[in-house]
Amino acid sequence: MSVAGLWHGLAATGRLMVGVPSYRTYVEHMAATHPDQPVMSEAAFFRNRQEARYGGRNGGRCC
Amino acid sequence: MTIASRLGWIVLALIGAGALAVIATARGEAISAIWIVVAAVSVYLIAYRFYALYLAKVVVGIDPARPTPAARHPDGLDFVPTDRRVLFGHHFAAIAGAGPLVGPVLAAQMGYLPGMLWLLAGVVLAGAVQDFMVLFLSMRRDGRSLGELIRMEMGAVPGTIALFGAFMIMVIILAVLSLIVVRALADSPWGMFTVAATIPLALFMGAYTRWIRPGRIGEVSLLGLVGLILAIVYGQDIAASATWAPWFTYTPVQLCWILIGYGAIASLLPVWLLLAPRDYLSTFLKIGAIAALAIGIVIVAPPMRMPALTRFVDGSGPVWSGSLFPFLFITIACGAVSGFHALIASGTTPKLIASEGDARFIGYGAMLMESFVAIMALVGASIIDPGIYFAMNSPAAIVGTDPASAAAAVTAMGFPITADTIAATATDVGETTIISRAGGAPTLAVGMAHIFSNLIGGRAMMAFWYHFAILFEALFILTAVDAGTRAGRFMLQDLIGLAVPGFRNATSLVPGLVGTALCVAAWGFFLYQGVTDPLGGVNTLWPLFGISNQMLAAVALVLATVVLFRMKRERYAWVTILPASWLVLCTVMASLMKLFSTDPRVGFLAHASRFSEAAARGEVLAPAKSLGEMGRVVMNDRIDAALCALFLGVVVSIIGYGIRTCLIARRLDGPSASEIPALAVAAE
Repeated sequence: MSVAGLWHGLAATGRLMVGVPSYRTYVEHMAATHPDQPVMSEAAFFRNRQEARYGGRNGGRCC
Repeated sequence: MTIASRLGWIVLALIGAGALAVIATARGEAISAIWIVVAAVSVYLIAYRFYALYLAKVVVGIDPARPTPAARHPDGLDFVPTDRRVLFGHHFAAIAGAGPLVGPVLAAQMGYLPGMLWLLAGVVLAGAVQDFMVLFLSMRRDGRSLGELIRMEMGAVPGTIALFGAFMIMVIILAVLSLIVVRALADSPWGMFTVAATIPLALFMGAYTRWIRPGRIGEVSLLGLVGLILAIVYGQDIAASATWAPWFTYTPVQLCWILIGYGAIASLLPVWLLLAPRDYLSTFLKIGAIAALAIGIVIVAPPMRMPALTRFVDGSGPVWSGSLFPFLFITIACGAVSGFHALIASGTTPKLIASEGDARFIGYGAMLMESFVAIMALVGASIIDPGIYFAMNSPAAIVGTDPASAAAAVTAMGFPITADTIAATATDVGETTIISRAGGAPTLAVGMAHIFSNLIGGRAMMAFWYHFAILFEALFILTAVDAGTRAGRFMLQDLIGLAVPGFRNATSLVPGLVGTALCVAAWGFFLYQGVTDPLGGVNTLWPLFGISNQMLAAVALVLATVVLFRMKRERYAWVTILPASWLVLCTVMASLMKLFSTDPRVGFLAHASRFSEAAARGEVLAPAKSLGEMGRVVMNDRIDAALCALFLGVVVSIIGYGIRTCLIARRLDGPSASEIPALAVAAE
């Protein structure tokens, strides 16, 4: 694996550890399946994921 | 399997067996911690390669071609097919908390051998099996939660019972974690300052990710890390300053009230302001510290100074009371088997998994990793002078409060130590005292400081590393308190919502406030009880936590057994029946002993009657100072006993429902598990 690829993977791992999935995957998904619907900006996406991780009913964390 | 890989596995098996032989035959001489690490890693690799593969291929019939929830309806948000390595990190960060760091440290009072053997056998046959099975079940059911899975497969009543059980476990976890923080920060201005400094730091980080650079998690975490290091460095000056130190010096009872107030306020603030940024810090610090500890143990290769077995296997130990069976298997919960993981494995992870084929790596593999963290914690507690270990972990009622009394008491236990050594250790780590800092975290911090200072900085840096370790543990415990209070509040709203439907509303103010207040009051009650307990509180609360956590694991394994029966795969159901039976045996035995043992050190009711009889005679027994306090001791004991009986009721009723459902499934001709069919069309 290239250094850039490794770095990218580590960054993605770190972000998903705190509940933020890939923004690019989201944009690609929206473009491919829901081209008619509005797409959240990167900042809005981040806030949406923060709220989903901590504000909802799945805020469980282990002992 | 090719010849080469066969040979490779045989060599690995021989290495593992060799390491275990070294551990088994070394008697009376200190062995290197490396042998423990080598034995553990060999066991994990072999279990993963063979047993986990058997579970995946034969027992449940993993089908990589079958679409996972993320493949069936991806939305780019909750359901995203994710690279298995990235998802492993997500899942591991969610399951690994303070539990695997504390239990093994407490268990070290019996020597390192019993804890090590249970960690290895427990994870391979019970803990990792549970995590994998629940992940599998949820993955085949659109990523539903444990409560919903039980409702689907076993019925509405057991579903509600399990939900209620999970709430009570949450309460006990929050109380016991807070108690650990109290014990670590009491009368420690340095520790208190660094932990307090994380609040303004997190607020700054929250504002930064909200307005200045939204979403830049890596950047803001680096800034936060710099802030944390500055806080540790300046904490030393604060502790030395006559003006500032009193502002950060608190008694355990004061800290208890501070934490209760903090929990209530923090869980009502917007999540982006305090909770999310501190979660970034605690998550990355946790992963970093675990990695550093692993590297440190391998490079420093410290000798294990704790004996393999101590005389306290008979149950007379000062750290917690109770004999090896069943109490060791209660004390070490996380790391061997943790019921709480059933909530995580049926949470976000099953919605992100890209292929069924990844379930073994993530479900079984991440739990092996957590077990390794627990093994390192056991090593951390066993490489320090056993005299220091017992001085730190024995309650003040046994060792007193000054080095001379502690040295005399611990030497009398058979672990010779001088008052000077105890005082010198306290000075080394930058504290006024280390005596009776029960709860595991401070002991582990001394162990980690020992290892890290051997790598970087030597003795001069020891105090820095000690406070780094305390900060790292306190940080993620506080995050858990905050997130747990929120989660507990929603669980409570759901439960009350069964009777009063309007209560479920997540956004309206009154149910939210009532839910939060009830949740904080519930864990605050047990925290206060633990803090004022003369035997340190850990002695009472940790077994309750262990019993409840292992019982939830038993519930999850019963669910998995039921589903295997309903899938018509009952000939393989021994893989879940075996660990479930062991857990039921241990937890039922332990809770019956906690209820009915005539030894007041073990049995809640025996302790209560000793105090109530004395009170009836008008006597005041230490630590109570008045008849009113005597009444409170009796009351606490009875509440603990009732809680124990309640957990017992939960597990017994779930087993009853489980057996009934299995028998019904056996009589049917075909499978009856409510999986989403393999050929279901994507529900877009």
